[in-house]
Amino acid sequence: MDFGPFLLLAVMEGLVGAAVLALTASGLSLVFGVLRVVNVAHGEFFMLGAVAAWFVSQWVPGPPALAFAVALVACPLLVAGLAALADRLVLKRLAYEPEATIIATIGLLYILQQAALTLYGPEARPVPPPFEARLQLPWFGWSGYKLFVIGAAGAVLAGLWLLLARSRIGLVMRATQIDRETATAFGIDVDRVYAGTFALGAALAAIAAVLIVPIQQAHYLMGGDPLLLSFIVVVIGGLGSLRGTLVAALLIGVSDGVISTFFEPTLAKILATLLVALVLVFRPQGLFGARA
Amino acid sequence: MRMLALHLAVLAGVAALQFVLPAYHHTNAARILVLATYAIGFNIAFGYTGLLSLGHALFFAGGMYATGLLVDQGGWQPWAALLAGPAAGGVLAAGVGLLALRTAGPAFMIVTLMFAQAFHLAILYWGRFTGGDEGFTLSGAARRLGPFDLADPATRYGAAFLLFAAAMLGCLALVRSRTGRVLIAVRENEERTRMLGYDPFRAKLLALVLSGLLSGAAGATYGLMFGYVGGSFAAIQYSILPLIWVLLGGAGTVLGPLLGTALLFYLIDWASSVTTASQFVVGAVLILLVLFAPRGLLGLLRERGLRSLP
Amino acid sequence: MSLLEARGLVRHFGGLRAIDGVDFDLSAGEIHALIGPNGAGKSTLVGLLSGRIPAQAGTIRFDGRDITRLPAHVRVGCGIAYAFQITSVFPRLTTFDNVALAVQRTGARDLAAATGAALARVGLAGEAGQLAGTLSYGHQRLLEIAMGLALAPRLLILDEPTQGLATGEIESFMALVRSLVPEVTVLLIEHNMEVVMDLAQRITVLNAGRVLARGTPSAIQADRAVQAAYLGG
Repeated sequence: MDFGPFLLLAVMEGLVGAAVLALTASGLSLVFGVLRVVNVAHGEFFMLGAVAAWFVSQWVPGPPALAFAVALVACPLLVAGLAALADRLVLKRLAYEPEATIIATIGLLYILQQAALTLYGPEARPVPPPFEARLQLPWFGWSGYKLFVIGAAGAVLAGLWLLLARSRIGLVMRATQIDRETATAFGIDVDRVYAGTFALGAALAAIAAVLIVPIQQAHYLMGGDPLLLSFIVVVIGGLGSLRGTLVAALLIGVSDGVISTFFEPTLAKILATLLVALVLVFRPQGLFGARA
Repeated sequence: MRMLALHLAVLAGVAALQFVLPAYHHTNAARILVLATYAIGFNIAFGYTGLLSLGHALFFAGGMYATGLLVDQGGWQPWAALLAGPAAGGVLAAGVGLLALRTAGPAFMIVTLMFAQAFHLAILYWGRFTGGDEGFTLSGAARRLGPFDLADPATRYGAAFLLFAAAMLGCLALVRSRTGRVLIAVRENEERTRMLGYDPFRAKLLALVLSGLLSGAAGATYGLMFGYVGGSFAAIQYSILPLIWVLLGGAGTVLGPLLGTALLFYLIDWASSVTTASQFVVGAVLILLVLFAPRGLLGLLRERGLRSLP
Repeated sequence: MSLLEARGLVRHFGGLRAIDGVDFDLSAGEIHALIGPNGAGKSTLVGLLSGRIPAQAGTIRFDGRDITRLPAHVRVGCGIAYAFQITSVFPRLTTFDNVALAVQRTGARDLAAATGAALARVGLAGEAGQLAGTLSYGHQRLLEIAMGLALAPRLLILDEPTQGLATGEIESFMALVRSLVPEVTVLLIEHNMEVVMDLAQRITVLNAGRVLARGTPSAIQADRAVQAAYLGG
C-alpha cells in the first residue's frame, strides 16, 4: 500500500479509538468535574462493561444483533448500579475527600479486577459483532462495524451534551458542581446528584466497552489502557472541562492510532505519560484554556 | 528515653527472631525487613510531611536497577553498586520533586504516578539492557559483598536487619529533630509554617529526597539479596504497596511501617493459601482502612493514650 | 527613625481595588494601629507587608532594604512576624512544639530553655505539654502571640489580637504589648477602639483601599472624615 492510503487507514483506525476514548474520558471528566473525585477504578468499569457484554452474548439466544442490543442497554445499567453502590457505601462516607477517595478507588480497582478474574477467568474472549458489513475503498476494505462505532459514540456524546446543556438534570449537576452548599439550600438532593453522576460516568465507560468489544476482546486486565488514556485526555483537556475533554480525545485518539501504526506504541506511551505530568505541572488548567 | 528503649527493644526482638524462625519464615522476615525499610522511606514523605505520592516505585526500582545494572553489566564491585542504589533513589526523587512539588493534592498524586509509569514503560522499552518484564538474575559473584555472601540466609538476614535498623533509628532521630518538627509542621499547615519563616518547598523537597534515598537503598538491597531485578518492581503495584503498609501500621509513626508491612505480608500469604483471590485482600484492606482507620493501628494506639509515640 | 516605608502599594482582586495606592510608614519602636471599616483593605495591606500577598505595584522597604519581591518566609527572616487573625496554631502539636518551631527558626542553641522562656512570657508555661487544639480560645490567642514573639522579630504584626478575649484577658494582653516596645515595633489591626486608643501611639485609617487619615489617637478621634466613614458616610 502507498503511504497516502496507509495514512488514511491509520487515521480511520484512530477515529474509532478516539470515539471510544471520548466516551470513556467524558465519564472520568464528568465525575471529576462534579464530585472532584479522581476515579482510579474508571478503567475497571470499562472492563466490567466488556466482560458483561461477553456474558450477555453467551446467554441471549438468537442473532448476534439481539444480544448486542441487550448488552448495549443492560451492561451500562449494571455497571451504573455497581458504581452507585460504591458511591453510597464508600465515597459518600469519605465525604468525597480527594486523597481518601483516590485510595479508596484504588482499592475498588483491585476488588473489581479480582472479581473479574475469579468469575470470568484469565482468557481473552471475543464477542461477535452485531452485523457483518464491509466498506470497500479503492485501496483497502474496512469493517462497516467500525463506522457504526464512530456513529454510535457520536450519538451518545450528543445525547450527553443535550442532557447536560438542555435538561433539568444537567442544570442540577452544574449547580452542584459550582456550589454544593447553595445547591443544598435550593433543595437539591446533593447525595443523589453525586451518586447519579458517578453512575453516569461509569455507564459511559461501559457503553464505550460494549461498543469496542467486538473489535477488541474482553479481558480482565483491559482496563489499564483506557484509564491511562482517559487520564491523559482529561488532564490535557483541562480537569473537569467536558468540551476540552472531547477536543483532547479526538486529538489523542487519532494521534495514538497514527503513532502506533508508524512507531513503537511503548515509546508513544512514555512520551504521553511524561506529557501529562508536565502539563499538570506547568499548565494545570489544561492545554485548551480554562473554561469549565 | 522510654520511647528510645521501646524502639531498641523492638530491634532486639527482630534481631533475636532469626534464631528461632523456621527457614520459610526466616526468608519472609528478611524480605519484610527490607520492604519495611521502603515503607519507612515512604512514610517520611507521606506520614510526616503529608506528601501522598503514587510513584514511589520509581525510587525503589530506580535503586534496584541502578545497582543491578552496574553490577551486572557495568562491572562495578557489589559494594560500590550497592551505594549507587540510594544515590539513584535520591537523585530521582530530587528530579521528580523539583517538578511535582509545584503541584499539590490530587495533581501531585497523578504527576508522581505518571513519572513512575514512564519509568516502568522505559524499562519495558529498553528491554535489551533491562531484560524488559522478565528482568534479569544476578550471579553469585554479584551478590558477594567482600566476605559476606548474600545468598547465605543468615548473612542475608543480617544485612536486612542492618538496613532496617539504620533506617528506623534514622527515622526516629529525624522526626525528633528540629528538621523533623518542620516537616510535621508543613504537613499540619503549610501556610502557617511559611509565616514562621520556613520555605515549605525546601522542606518538602528534603523530605522527598530522604524518602527516595531510603526507597532506593531498599530496592538495591532487595535486588542483591534475592538476586533478581525485574520490571514488576517498577509497576504501579509497588507504588501502592508502601501506601497500604504505612496506612495499615499508622502513618506518621516510626514503628508503623514495620507493623503494616509484616501484617499485610502475612495477610496476603494466608489469603493465598485459602483462596486464589489475594488481590481481593489488598483492595478490601485499602477501602476498610480509609473508611474506618485512616490513622492506622499505631495511630489508633496513639489516640487512645500513648500520645508520646513518635 | 523609620523602620518600614511602603510607597504606592496596589493590589486589585479582579475588579475590586482592595489596596489602591497606599503609602505607609512605621517608626521604629512605636505601637501603630491600623483601623477602618470592614472591607477597607486592612488585611490585604498587612498581607502585602508580610509577603503573604504579592503587590502589583509599589515598593516596600524594611530597615532600608527593598523587600518588595521577597517571599513571605524570607521576610520573616528579616524580622517581620505575623500573628494570624483566625487563630491558626498547629492544633495536633503540643504547645511546646508550636513555640519551638518559632524559636528554632532564630537558631537558638538551647531550644528547651528558650521555648520555656517564650511560653512563660505569655503565661503558658504550665500548658507546654498540652495539645494546642485542646487549649481554651484565649490561651490559643496567647499561643499565637507567643509564636510571633518567639521569632524575635523587629516588627510584630497582630491581626485582630483581642477578638473573642474576655475583659481580664484584654488587660493582660495590653500590658504584654506595652512591655514589648521599644525593642519591638508593633502593628496592630484592631476593632476594639478602647484598645486602639489606649495602646497606639499613632493610627492609620483605611477606607476603600486608600488612606483616609493618620495621626495620634486624639487627632483621629477629632477627624470628621473618620467619623463619617465609621458612622455611615
